[in-house]
Amino acid sequence: MKYAWWPGCVARGATPELYTSTVAVLKRLNIEFEEMHDFSCTGAGVLQERNLKLADTLNVRNFAIAEKLGLPIMTVCSTCQGVMAQAHYRVMKDPAYLKEINGVIAEEGLEYKGTTVIKHLLWILTEEVGVDELKKHFTRNLSCISVAPFYGCYLLRPTNALGYDEKPEREAELDRVIEATGARFIDFAGKKKCCGFPILLINQQNSLKMVANHTGAAKDGGADAMVTPCPLCHLNLDGYQDKATKRNRPDHQKVSLPIIHFPQLVGLAMGIEPEDLGFQKHMVSTKDLLATVRSKATPVAR
Amino acid sequence: MQATVRVKRHNQELPATHGKFQEFSFDVPANTTVLDALIKIREEIDGTLAVRCSCRASICGSCGMRVNGQARLACKTKITDVSKDGAPVTVEPMGNMPVIKDLVTDMTLFWDKVRQVEPYLQPSGPEPKGEYIASDESMTHLVGVMNCIMCGACVSDCTALEVDKNFIAPAALAKAYRFVADPRDGAAKQRLAKLNEYGGVWDCTRCYYCVEVCPKDVAPMDRIMKLRDLAMEAGYNNTPGSRHTRSFARSVKKGGLLNETMLAVESTGLFNIPGQLAQAPIGIKSFIKGKLPNPLGHKIPARKRIKRVFEKVEAERK
Repeated sequence: MKYAWWPGCVARGATPELYTSTVAVLKRLNIEFEEMHDFSCTGAGVLQERNLKLADTLNVRNFAIAEKLGLPIMTVCSTCQGVMAQAHYRVMKDPAYLKEINGVIAEEGLEYKGTTVIKHLLWILTEEVGVDELKKHFTRNLSCISVAPFYGCYLLRPTNALGYDEKPEREAELDRVIEATGARFIDFAGKKKCCGFPILLINQQNSLKMVANHTGAAKDGGADAMVTPCPLCHLNLDGYQDKATKRNRPDHQKVSLPIIHFPQLVGLAMGIEPEDLGFQKHMVSTKDLLATVRSKATPVAR
Repeated sequence: MQATVRVKRHNQELPATHGKFQEFSFDVPANTTVLDALIKIREEIDGTLAVRCSCRASICGSCGMRVNGQARLACKTKITDVSKDGAPVTVEPMGNMPVIKDLVTDMTLFWDKVRQVEPYLQPSGPEPKGEYIASDESMTHLVGVMNCIMCGACVSDCTALEVDKNFIAPAALAKAYRFVADPRDGAAKQRLAKLNEYGGVWDCTRCYYCVEVCPKDVAPMDRIMKLRDLAMEAGYNNTPGSRHTRSFARSVKKGGLLNETMLAVESTGLFNIPGQLAQAPIGIKSFIKGKLPNPLGHKIPARKRIKRVFEKVEAERK
């Protein structure tokens, strides 16, 4: 199993702990990967609103590079995954459009034939590795903590571009991994809604209301932590949580809910040291959560 | 087959069930829709159940409601589409609107927002003798958006409206696009000026709920993205949204990747001193944690090729 790994801008910038924890988990699972240094930004849905064809061309260029290497693309960001999947969906249903785009990237000696598979790490672990196999790598039973999921819009919608017609189980894969770690699964209404990040710099008031609603609801539902496969959701739910909850919660108190990246949760269950997963880099303190894990987590019974 | 439907009741005259889910189980043919099931409940089991419906053929847009948590037309949704192995189907009224009774919502907010965009043609120039003529080619791109049946599904599940009732929301914005992009309309510039204001096109979170739940494939969010582009093209660029999009495009064109730090600075506005100061604490905190992205931005080895792609595709558009 080998992948063309596209970490995206955020794992290389504002959430370096996502990069570290992804590498740690991949190594444990013996999944080979080659980091794509010549991929460009996917456009994150923003470039798409300025010039859709331009954004599609950049993505097709990335697909063509991976195709040349004969490798499927691995993403670790709901937004990268969704935006790439949408671009792929558009060009594959319109051969004339793909031909036009291929005309642009031909200058670079590239041509996309349409064979590249694009998968988020979450789907690689649930669909390629499989939850049962994944559980064999778990050494720490996390039954001492309660974890709520937060998916990120672009891993959920639009379902036709994201392959939900063939794989309807994708709508609950994160729930399943949380349960597989032994953690108590906390369901809440906001898990599939918007985190507010896309409008953080545009309408911060609305963005922070979303952060407060979701982190507050998960905390009120009994969560000790929230896990997300999207670093953009993480940026908002972690970085702006204190400000958002103090401003918008009825009691004006912080909720202090650690927001952990998907591979950090998997890594914890694998028994990897929290420092090696970058937990010290979070804005909302993860100390209490990790103290509970250290003192109360039991070894997985075999 | 056996169907189980859990209906959220809302009727203060019936306190025993008000605000609660009530479960009904009965036998139905395999092709039964959620609406058929609800009508069966109303006619054969509990005559107090309130449901709004008319055409039963996804044309009138009356039976919008949430089925298993997502807005849908009850008449277009088969029980078997939403229930595996006879699992209960949950039915609730639409969101973001007050409930009148059971599954019937008050759509005043929906209509107010649609009216706000002046949803009628406003031609300019001398009046023609006959109709205002438009070529087929100039109108085909509007066919999708004209399919809107005003059912309210997109408004029900809009995540931006959920936190801000001032947001004009997807249905009205799709309708606005229908007129802005109509070759016969002469008020596009004025329309865009209004849509560029607070509560307009830039407050959409791009969450894709409206695209997902629309029963007629209107894809409201895609229209909102087009309106943003048209507003920028019309010169309405002094907004955080426009600055955000243009800053994003500039950094990718320059280095192949996003410059996150400059995006925050430029979206806020270089001369917006209070705005910049408000961002400082998170910047400092990120720096201390060793996670402030390099303000000079990331650059990929192939950045010249990316710039070339930008130049070629941007030139095509012009």
